[in-house]
Amino acid sequence: MNQWAFVAAAYAVTILAGGGITFASYIQMRRAERAAEELRRP
Amino acid sequence: MFHAYANPARFLKIARPLTPMLIWTGIALAAFGAWAGLTQTPPDYLQGETVRILYLHVPAAWLGMGGWSGIAIGSIAYLVWRHPLAALSARACAVPGALFAAVCLITGSIWGRPTWGTWWQWDGRLTSMLLLFFVYLAYIALSRADGQRGGDGRIPALFGLAGTVLLPIIRYSVVWWNTLHQGQSLTLTKSTIDNAILWPLPFTLVGFTLLFAGIVLMRMRAMLAAGKVEARMRRMAAA
Repeated sequence: MNQWAFVAAAYAVTILAGGGITFASYIQMRRAERAAEELRRP
Repeated sequence: MFHAYANPARFLKIARPLTPMLIWTGIALAAFGAWAGLTQTPPDYLQGETVRILYLHVPAAWLGMGGWSGIAIGSIAYLVWRHPLAALSARACAVPGALFAAVCLITGSIWGRPTWGTWWQWDGRLTSMLLLFFVYLAYIALSRADGQRGGDGRIPALFGLAGTVLLPIIRYSVVWWNTLHQGQSLTLTKSTIDNAILWPLPFTLVGFTLLFAGIVLMRMRAMLAAGKVEARMRRMAAA
């Protein structure tokens, strides 16, 4: 198999994993902080 | 000084502006390093193009082990000073640490197939890293169960400290045992890799580390906010 296929696979795994956890953590933080903010409002 | 930042309000005052700075600087550095590793370096005379996997595999291994170091430091701080933020920081390191340990194992396996002729070998370095990944999963399950049962966080903290024993085993596995994994190519003072290939690595290493720190801060902020909501709901239910 072409060596570039292995390089592309490694880059795809890292980008998906890194991007996925960054996005998921951001969404989780936004939702939690919004819920806390809404509860503070009278 | 350390104790001053154990106050959640003070911590949030710093964490809010710091989070986007860490995330965007981390993404920029990691993206530049990865691009340079793909396009600006020559192929290795033995490994060919697959040497480019190094720019992702090494930071992933560093953060897989660094994440557990974060858990250990947070656990010690919690057990000694009882700062809730310390326990929170340890818990926040667990999922990203496990993920980067998994990325290290997968990218290593992808590199191993064309280089060694096998996807996997039960040698000291690979097996100890796989063990660290499973220990991460156990820590995540234990800290969640402890939180659901209203525990005081002491058991996950002790587990976090006990797991630290794996870090020197991973680090020195290539010295202690004759493994398929090559010996140390990089130390703080020297490298056996030519500079023409090595130079993008510090960019991905620092970039992914900053990104990891930003992810940990986001997870800590989410836990703090969720804790506030839970406390408020309890007060409302009791009233």
